[in-house]
Amino acid sequence: MSRPSRRPAGWPRLLGRGLLTLAAIAFLVAFLLLPLATVFVEALRQGIGAFFASIGQDEARSAIVLTLLVAVIAVPLNLVFGVAAAWVMARFEFRGKALLGAFIDLPFSVSPVVSGLVYVLLIGAQGWFGPWLDAHGITIIFAVPGLVLATMFITLPFVARELIPLMQAQGGEEEEAARVLGANGWQMFFRVTLPNIRWALLYGVLLCNARAMGEFGAVSVVSGHIRGLTTTIPLEVEMRYNEYDYVGAFAVASLLALLALLTLAVKSALEWRYGDELAAHAPGGR
Amino acid sequence: MTLELARLNRRFSDYPALNDVSLAIAPGEFLAVLGPSGSGKTTLLRILAGLDYPESGQVSFNGRDFLAAAPRQRNVGLVFQHYALFRHLTVAENVAFGLRVRPRRVRPKRADIDARVEHLLKRVQLEGFGRRYPSQLSGGQRQRVALARALAVEPELLLLDEPFGALDAQVRVALRRWLRRLHEELGLTTVFVTHDQEEALELADRIAVMNRGRIEQVGTPREIYQQPATPFVCEFIGKANHLALRREGERFVAGGWAFAGEPWMGEHARAIAYVRPEHLTLSATPTPGAWRAHLRHVYLAGAVAHLELDVAALDQPLEADMASEDLARMGLRAGDGLYVSPSHAVIFPLGRDGKPLAEDRWLWRVAVPAVPVRLPLQRPEAGVSPQRADGEMQR
Repeated sequence: MSRPSRRPAGWPRLLGRGLLTLAAIAFLVAFLLLPLATVFVEALRQGIGAFFASIGQDEARSAIVLTLLVAVIAVPLNLVFGVAAAWVMARFEFRGKALLGAFIDLPFSVSPVVSGLVYVLLIGAQGWFGPWLDAHGITIIFAVPGLVLATMFITLPFVARELIPLMQAQGGEEEEAARVLGANGWQMFFRVTLPNIRWALLYGVLLCNARAMGEFGAVSVVSGHIRGLTTTIPLEVEMRYNEYDYVGAFAVASLLALLALLTLAVKSALEWRYGDELAAHAPGGR
Repeated sequence: MTLELARLNRRFSDYPALNDVSLAIAPGEFLAVLGPSGSGKTTLLRILAGLDYPESGQVSFNGRDFLAAAPRQRNVGLVFQHYALFRHLTVAENVAFGLRVRPRRVRPKRADIDARVEHLLKRVQLEGFGRRYPSQLSGGQRQRVALARALAVEPELLLLDEPFGALDAQVRVALRRWLRRLHEELGLTTVFVTHDQEEALELADRIAVMNRGRIEQVGTPREIYQQPATPFVCEFIGKANHLALRREGERFVAGGWAFAGEPWMGEHARAIAYVRPEHLTLSATPTPGAWRAHLRHVYLAGAVAHLELDVAALDQPLEADMASEDLARMGLRAGDGLYVSPSHAVIFPLGRDGKPLAEDRWLWRVAVPAVPVRLPLQRPEAGVSPQRADGEMQR
């Protein structure tokens, strides 16, 4: 709540406030809304028919399916990992806890391209474990498993970082109360822990999902850009753009943009509805 | 049939939270574990609940090894200091929790659970609050929900962690009397942890006083207050003036007052005496040996007045307590001169290292009580009954 100002708001003050507001809006329009609008305008430049035609192409369809597939695998795995990591970080004291925290943040601080390269160096055909994997008939790099691995690495911190501050603030007393009252581990988790973190968890999963579908850098390195096989939506956008298929590129890009808008809408709705419960979270490293 | 703690040790990284703690609790007993923060009392309670484990020692309850049992197998009720109610569940769901998580074959029927919840809410005077959420209740109400939740599983042992710590003074007093009555009705063996001596003295059958991970004394409230076993108990329970004593022949003296009849047969040269404020006798006229004092300040705290006295012979201030009514009758004011002498003291000899030796405690009391002052004597209407009382004391 803002404290009412005692000073009367004179002309210079009002003018200053108005100018600042205007500057902020202008900045937002120039750097956020205009590019976003451009995506849709460019996508529809040759009419709605051309738009649907380019989305309907096989490459586009397989890119959409692959993107969803990667997200469907990576997000639940990171959900499980995120909850487990947050639990450990918030409930226990142990040697190396700070180090674990730093590791969880690592994907935020390392450039995605570098993370992708690391995977190629480790398990690519010329990498350390490449020959062994090859000998056993396992293909990871330039294939779907590589995409999933890279995406998981990039989106690893989202759920954990969302939960840790909240769980630390809530403390473990309710869980202890549940145990003394006779609950076993699962009952404690599903009846006490999970209900207390559900909104923060949903919020973290949303952010995780948005990033999983939109990730470009790391995925680009491990994908190999095999059309129809290992291109996700962001990669498809880039490839179409490089081939001077502007309408096609923007049409597929508009799908991602819509996805982002949807995430934003759900996130805002959550914040509006459960603001108090989410207030405890502090954005870390983002 | 007792709860027995034997030689418990628990260390946290740099300090011992429990240091060789042994304690036996009788069935149906209401025991207070009293101590300052960091004395290990909460650790003790957490070990009983199964939320923490000692490095060594045993806990047995009715012959059962408690430490080998998981918290959910111990059948204890625990009320947390901040209640730890499940914030996403209603009051009724909170109370029912312990029954609902039972394995199916021992879980009561839904109707039975509802009936038990209803009964418990009635017992803690929260009828009709079942559908509210914890955030919609006052502190005292939350406290009672936590208690009902703990009682719902029909525990054999009830543990309370600072049960009134987070409540305001009025609610606290009302609630602890209510809890005492509830205990008398249920007869449940109860251990409660507190740092509030008034609470412990008023509620408990017995008190275990803890300091730095050790139990200093276990006894009834009366024993703890009147016969403190260690210097720590003297200082922690109630208030006490400290006097430094020196041996002169067969007596210990402080500023001209002699504590006669020392029991150590000349073994110790110095001692420390603890004298409670209510064990200082005030007099307007000189009595043999009494210290000359100067009344520096009077703090009126309702029924009791705290008097701050300067005593030149001791070169230190003393605090004396008396009934406000008596003070008014005497007409004492700051700046007045008077005489003061002790009637009871707990005395510990000092060892060679200057530390008190708790095992050689001497409970001293004055042989001939000094005449307590009842001024002004010349005013008959105010002086009649006190004079008679004085006469009786002299006889």
